[in-house]
Amino acid sequence: MQSLEGLDELYEQIVLDHYRNPRHSDLLTSPAVDIEVNNPFCGDEIRLQLKTGDDGRVSAVSVAGRGCAISQSSGSLLTELVHGKDAAGLHGTVTLVRRLMKGDPVSEAEMDALGDLSALSGVRKFPVRIKCALLAWSALEEAAEKLEQGAK
Amino acid sequence: MTHARSKYSRGTPSGGTLLDTARIRADFPILNRQVNGRTLIYLDNAATSQKPRHVIQSIVDYYERYNANVHRGVHTLSVEATDVYEEARRKVARFINAPSEKSVIWTRNTSEAINLIAYSWGDANVGEGDNIVTTAMEHHSDIVPWQQLARRKGAQVRYIPVGRQGALDMAVARNLIDRRTKLVAAMHASNVLGTINPVGELALIAHAVGALMLVDGAQSVPSMPVDVQALGCDFLAFSAHKMCGPTGIGVLYGREDVMERMQPWMFGGDMISEVTYEGAKWNDLPYKFEAGTPNIADAIATGAAVDYLDELGMGNVWAHEQALGAYALERFKELEEFHVMGPRDPGLRGGLVSFFHDTVHPHDLGQALDRMGIAIRTGHHCAMPLVRGHGIAAAARASFYIYNTEAEIDALIDGLKDAAGYFARK
Ligand SMILES: Cc1ncc(COP(=O)(O)O)c(C=O)c1O
Repeated sequence: MQSLEGLDELYEQIVLDHYRNPRHSDLLTSPAVDIEVNNPFCGDEIRLQLKTGDDGRVSAVSVAGRGCAISQSSGSLLTELVHGKDAAGLHGTVTLVRRLMKGDPVSEAEMDALGDLSALSGVRKFPVRIKCALLAWSALEEAAEKLEQGAK
Repeated sequence: MTHARSKYSRGTPSGGTLLDTARIRADFPILNRQVNGRTLIYLDNAATSQKPRHVIQSIVDYYERYNANVHRGVHTLSVEATDVYEEARRKVARFINAPSEKSVIWTRNTSEAINLIAYSWGDANVGEGDNIVTTAMEHHSDIVPWQQLARRKGAQVRYIPVGRQGALDMAVARNLIDRRTKLVAAMHASNVLGTINPVGELALIAHAVGALMLVDGAQSVPSMPVDVQALGCDFLAFSAHKMCGPTGIGVLYGREDVMERMQPWMFGGDMISEVTYEGAKWNDLPYKFEAGTPNIADAIATGAAVDYLDELGMGNVWAHEQALGAYALERFKELEEFHVMGPRDPGLRGGLVSFFHDTVHPHDLGQALDRMGIAIRTGHHCAMPLVRGHGIAAAARASFYIYNTEAEIDALIDGLKDAAGYFARK
């Protein structure tokens, strides 16, 4: 659509694909953590669940919600980045994603580690949408804290 | 209502009356702006309107030619500034048919005007067990001040419910407003539903139980003839920035006898008549409520905005808005998966349309339209309880004003079709 030229900068194909076909969105049975966050300003909602193995590492994840394409695709992309990570690893990923969205320099190796999520980096140019992109990640941060507390 | 024909208006083939937008648009420099390579289509007028050159120039003139403080000096500039400043107040008084300019208080905006009443009048007149009746479609600025007042005083806030057709349930209103009601506060025109509320009728019900009536005119005063005496309201609040005027200034109209009895809520210069080390005597209305150097430049520009609207004729402005609102409602019927909020009868509403899509979030729609140079509002519109009551968290809104055209509404509809196609879940 000619009139929407330039919109792809924010909504890359891979982002739209995650929005239209969210990954890992089925709820888990007996998750270790189950967190709901919302952004009252936009009305975006995200529910994030994690299961962990005996080693404390994430063995299953679910993200479901409703809201804009940015918040929901970010949640879906998140589900591809948490497997096998312990609480410290999750915190590290959250910090890295925050840096990416806020426009801090991110190394090539770090970008690689983010996989498809790097497609969301266009959000940097749309300051009002950064909050949307980070909603799921605030849920993950809370989840990591809960996992740490559970381990103590 | 008959409309005086201004040189700015003309009939339309469809029978409605549209203003001469080509002529009006030439007065608004910003409408030439390019956004993302397109000529701006500004459909966020309920948030704030654009400003005609005449208003912008009035601010420049004040600062370049007669900048001085008001009410304070004998020198020429101060006298000139005071004259123009007070003339602006008289223009506003005439604009809303206030009996006297003494009952026109400058505030920062609608919100501050309502807070002034909540503190100055509310704290003195609302007590434990009393209630304040407002509506379920209110803007946050006509909800939160009453909630806080109720909390301070042990009083209760009651909400007149909104029916499915976007109208207030007046039968319930009659039950909610009782002997313990001290104030009824309602918006005249809804910034979300577009509904025009029967505030005159509410004023009668309020007065019958000895309560006062406050009208939030933020959306009505810019758009339609508003006559405080015909409405029978005791207070009216509105903002200049939504009616071709500048930001940073608004108006509280209050019935003179009520305001005579009210205590000031801010203290300092200008609002006193005499100060000793022991105390002070309050100045007369309206100054009693205007502590400190006022927003002189913006008051003057508000006078210029009123001149501009008077020239168009508020009856014509209203006819134009209703015609555009009706046209938009009709065009929205073509859009599958889009839902329009508020009354279905265009005769019951003003020039704005709020809507949502089955799956696509309003922010995504707004972002896509921005690409096409079309500015709409998305979000909760400062009416979270109302929007949530529709089972959604956010909505999109297109709101029209004197310079908008049917062609711009056509562009909006085309844009929404494209946007929905772009995001639709496969
Ligand atoms: C109905 C209504 N009331 C109150 C307000 C608040 O106006 P302001 O932000 O100028 O105080 C608005 C504007 O958004 C409004 O639409």
